[in-house]
Amino acid sequence: MAAKYEEVLKIEKLYFDYSDTSVLKDVNLTLYQGDFLGIIGSNGAGKSTLIKLILGKLPYYKGSISLFGTDIKKSFPRDKIGYVAQKANSFNTSFPATVKEVVMANLYSKKGLFKRYNKQDEERFYEVIRRVGMEGCENRLIGRLSGGQQQRVFIARALISEPKLLLMDEPTVGVDMQSVTEIMNLISELNRQGITIVMTNHDTPALVEVSSKLLIFCSHGNGEFVDRANLTMEQINQIYAGKRRHNHE
Amino acid sequence: MNNIFAYDFMIRAFIAAALIGIIAPCIGTTIVLKRLSAIGDATSHSALAGIAAGLMTGVHPVLGAVIFSMAAVLGIEAVRKSFKNYSEIATVIIMSTGIGLTAVLSGFVGNTADLNSFMFGSIVAISDFEMILTVGLSVAVIAVTMLLYRELFYIAFDEDAAELAGVPVKTVNIIIMLLTAITVSAASRIVGALMVSSLLVIPVACAMIIGKSYKSTMIISIVFAELFTVGGLFASFYLDVKPGGSIVLIGVAVLVMLLIFFRRR
Ligand SMILES: Nc1ncnc2c1ncn2[C@@H]1O[C@H](COP(=O)(O)OP(=O)(O)OP(=O)(O)O)[C@@H](O)[C@H]1O
Ligand SMILES: [Mg+2]
Repeated sequence: MAAKYEEVLKIEKLYFDYSDTSVLKDVNLTLYQGDFLGIIGSNGAGKSTLIKLILGKLPYYKGSISLFGTDIKKSFPRDKIGYVAQKANSFNTSFPATVKEVVMANLYSKKGLFKRYNKQDEERFYEVIRRVGMEGCENRLIGRLSGGQQQRVFIARALISEPKLLLMDEPTVGVDMQSVTEIMNLISELNRQGITIVMTNHDTPALVEVSSKLLIFCSHGNGEFVDRANLTMEQINQIYAGKRRHNHE
Repeated sequence: MNNIFAYDFMIRAFIAAALIGIIAPCIGTTIVLKRLSAIGDATSHSALAGIAAGLMTGVHPVLGAVIFSMAAVLGIEAVRKSFKNYSEIATVIIMSTGIGLTAVLSGFVGNTADLNSFMFGSIVAISDFEMILTVGLSVAVIAVTMLLYRELFYIAFDEDAAELAGVPVKTVNIIIMLLTAITVSAASRIVGALMVSSLLVIPVACAMIIGKSYKSTMIISIVFAELFTVGGLFASFYLDVKPGGSIVLIGVAVLVMLLIFFRRR
């Protein structure tokens, strides 16, 4: 019965240091298809570092990271992974590119070198644009959209390659409050449709609300991997404050 | 008035200029959008050193330019790795090296008029060999930009995301740099090494003012570049001025007009 849910991400005994600072110590977690992992921690806790490690951008670590049952050092499943970065640093607003050009570009992970787009790719584009609620903006310049709209476009860009795992590092930073709610709803909707999500966010209550699993970096010590269902908000706050240890001593 | 097309050398000049009007913005779009505009300058000054070296040793100056400018772009890539996000450090170092080398080598060039014509461009008698070289280099640049259209777009827009999607970013970056070197060298004969970089940048700047997408920006920049190069040759022929100068000045004039008419952003 357990085989019904595919193992998506498994991290075992992960340690990572930047040349002078030790960042991650003994991180362990396993996610199955449909999980929603919220990563909680203060500035500098190592949340972004962990996401970069999962994306294979930082090769020198101890321990193991597996995606869909295969160690990422052996092979990296590009076509199954979507990534949405923090908006501000991802592009230059006067870049002349339309929503369609930006989103379609990411079909690369499916098509590879030299391949052209076909009818199906176009259909897929209109489908993801509808899914993020941006229909009608296909041919607008990306730099002319609002911050929230741009972030939807970047979610669409990640979705067009049909990822099974979507990694998002503070996807709602710089987005107005109304749009934050809409984007959070969109992300939980994607999760209900079966996409596994890993997300960081400084709005802890909002993140806890949508997550099924949590990785909590307390103020001193390691990341604690916990099941959201077993905890009250108060207990979560205690773990975060380092007052309570949950699964290992 | 003389019939401009009655002269065989002008027909050659027009063919070469038309090709350069295609390849300069093809490469220009990528380097401008990657915010590497200064690379054109650094490369062209190194190309000039190659031209001087060619004139000195008897190797064809355009070949000298190709070799030196390729060395320059590879140098820029190497230095750029040591100063991530500060690519201007690399371009300034390579540009200074190019200028320094040109200064030293030019002392050994017998006929400085030759060097002068490569600095400011010339429409006088393009040889068969130069014609073949220009056509060959242009075809190479056009073919590669068309084949790598999606890769070039993705890398220019978001290098990190491109890498994650599996675009061979490092290889494509080196290819862009080498194509820049080729374009600069091919254009130096007519436009002049000192003015090549403006031909990479100005048409794209014009196109960015009116472009409604990446694709249209690229196409519009080619139209502008053709306008500047062909217009510049007419001016050069009838007004007896250096083609490089007339090409660049027409470009700047058009850019200023566009900025006035489309003042926005
Ligand atoms: N490139 C780097 N070189 C050296 N140290 C780094 C580098 N990037 C991050 N660090 C350090 O690693 C630690 C973790 O950084 P990280 O960016 O992962 O934190 P974070 O949890 O994402 O913080 P924030 O909430 O501010 O985004 C910090 O102490 C930071 O100073
Ligand atoms: Mg971070």
